[in-house]
Amino acid sequence: MNKSKEVFFQGFIKENPIFRLVLGMCSSLAVSSTMIASLGMGVSVIFVLVLSNIVISSLRKVIPDMVRIPAFITVIAGFVTIVQLLLKAYLLEINNMLGVYLPLIVVNCIILGRAEAFAAKNSVGYAALDGLGMGIGYTIALLSIAFIRELFGFGSLFGFRIIPEEYTILILTLPAGGFLVLGFLMAVWNKLAALQGKPKAELHCQTCPVAGLCGEGLIRLQKTDDVEIKDEYIKSDANIEKPDDSVIYIDGNIKPDTEEETI
Amino acid sequence: MISAKSQEQNHLVIASSPHLRSPRTTTAVMGNVLIALLPIVIATAFIYGCRVLLSIAVAAATAILSELLVQKAMKKRQTIQDLSCIVTAIILVLNLPIDFPLWQLIIGTIFAIIVVKAAFGGLGQNFANPAVTTRIVLVSAFASSFAKNTEPLARALLFSNSTPDPGLSASMDSYSSATVLVLLKSGVTPEKLRTLRDLFLGIQKTTAIGETCAIAVILGGLYLLFKKIIKWHIPFSYIGTVAVLSFLFGGFDMQFMLYHLLSGGLLFGAFFMATDYSTSPLTNKGKIIYGISLGILTSIIRFWSNLPEGVSFSILTMNILTPHIDRFTKEKPFGENQQIKDNDRC
Repeated sequence: MNKSKEVFFQGFIKENPIFRLVLGMCSSLAVSSTMIASLGMGVSVIFVLVLSNIVISSLRKVIPDMVRIPAFITVIAGFVTIVQLLLKAYLLEINNMLGVYLPLIVVNCIILGRAEAFAAKNSVGYAALDGLGMGIGYTIALLSIAFIRELFGFGSLFGFRIIPEEYTILILTLPAGGFLVLGFLMAVWNKLAALQGKPKAELHCQTCPVAGLCGEGLIRLQKTDDVEIKDEYIKSDANIEKPDDSVIYIDGNIKPDTEEETI
Repeated sequence: MISAKSQEQNHLVIASSPHLRSPRTTTAVMGNVLIALLPIVIATAFIYGCRVLLSIAVAAATAILSELLVQKAMKKRQTIQDLSCIVTAIILVLNLPIDFPLWQLIIGTIFAIIVVKAAFGGLGQNFANPAVTTRIVLVSAFASSFAKNTEPLARALLFSNSTPDPGLSASMDSYSSATVLVLLKSGVTPEKLRTLRDLFLGIQKTTAIGETCAIAVILGGLYLLFKKIIKWHIPFSYIGTVAVLSFLFGGFDMQFMLYHLLSGGLLFGAFFMATDYSTSPLTNKGKIIYGISLGILTSIIRFWSNLPEGVSFSILTMNILTPHIDRFTKEKPFGENQQIKDNDRC
């Protein structure tokens, strides 16, 4: 019971597909400008994710390892076609709103990723729970991006006007605004995950093009990567007095004089 | 510079650079930038009236408050006293039209301080110039506020020898809101525009406040050069490249070239925004590459895109490329083994 609880809830915050795993960015940025489109997309993804997880999990002993990816894609494409035909038949408006991003669910990394990482290794019950949890996490993420983008970008929520048109911020309805909102919500989710005891994702200095040039980068590289080596070095050279602070400056200052210009 | 304490104990202290520190503080640098901005503020306040001062006051107050709050929230050291947020606020206001709505200005200032500056680590670590980035964000957020071009007050026109617009009086209506660059783009010959003296003194229609008065911008820029706050490399290579390119592609027309130099945000951008320390290359060679690229980009946008002005876009583009320029123009430390490649060291 405990494991199923964990499997179900991990998609919400800890392994949220958009904010923590950063999967399926393309479609989520495209449809998250309005709440209705996000809800339509989220429900479609939940449907496809749950059913494909169930089928793939029950076929996991039949599918040969060599051809598993084509097999997964075939299963997923089958369910996406079902969703597409259902939407075309009963909810044509949402189908038009999602446009090309609906058939693109086939290649959405979340679904293939869960099939590969979870459904192919776990029993049917857990796979269904995982699909449901991940799908709900995806929908929550889409809706929270869309809430900000639609409220401040269009001045409405689910199409109902809340803020007068002259006070709306156009950029939020554009892809650039989507990236901005995504970045900030990602920070919020990192914080939430940190509160749950999950380490926050960290960008290392190696990714920065000026890592070799900037003093901060050098210090940080030493701190993160060569901690053991540096400590040994200091221990072996016992003549050198080690100040309390780990960063040593040549002019004897323990802390950097940030008041002075360091260009 | 080894401190007295470590000398006493005969200890060698090992550290990475910087080993030499300039006695000049951030506060002094920013204070000098404020002094350099003063002629522009005074000139534009004279030309447009008190609205400029109101905008600056609102933006500065917002900037100080948001810097205070964001540094509290991020548990960073308070750096309000270094004046940098006030400089950002004033440059931002000078980048906007005169009747820019105050609530949009407040959103923009908060964006500049919190998103462009604080989110990337604060002053000195921001990869893009806050004022330029915010201007571009505001252009795409509130496009309609930029559509109206700013008209100088009547009292400023008293100094003009071409009241109100002799060359254009026939087509006043269609051109009444167009800036010089828009007119040049639509094929109006320079003879029909306001005289160069008007551009120089600041009696021109502009999109942004800061571009109005060329002579005030030049005065401020020369003060910065004289005080050695900025080096000549970026502004001169930038303006020089635009001059050469507009002379070549404007059909070897001296007047056309001068219009391109004196109107639009070129001078203001070259002296005050392209030279931002943390967003421009470190070495002199890198600065010249940066300036020439800025000039080429600005000219491309002005001549061959459907925008009349491209200073802010080119500065933001080059800000993003600055780390790469830095990497390729890195100076070799004395005595370094040339066979050790860059990648092995980092």
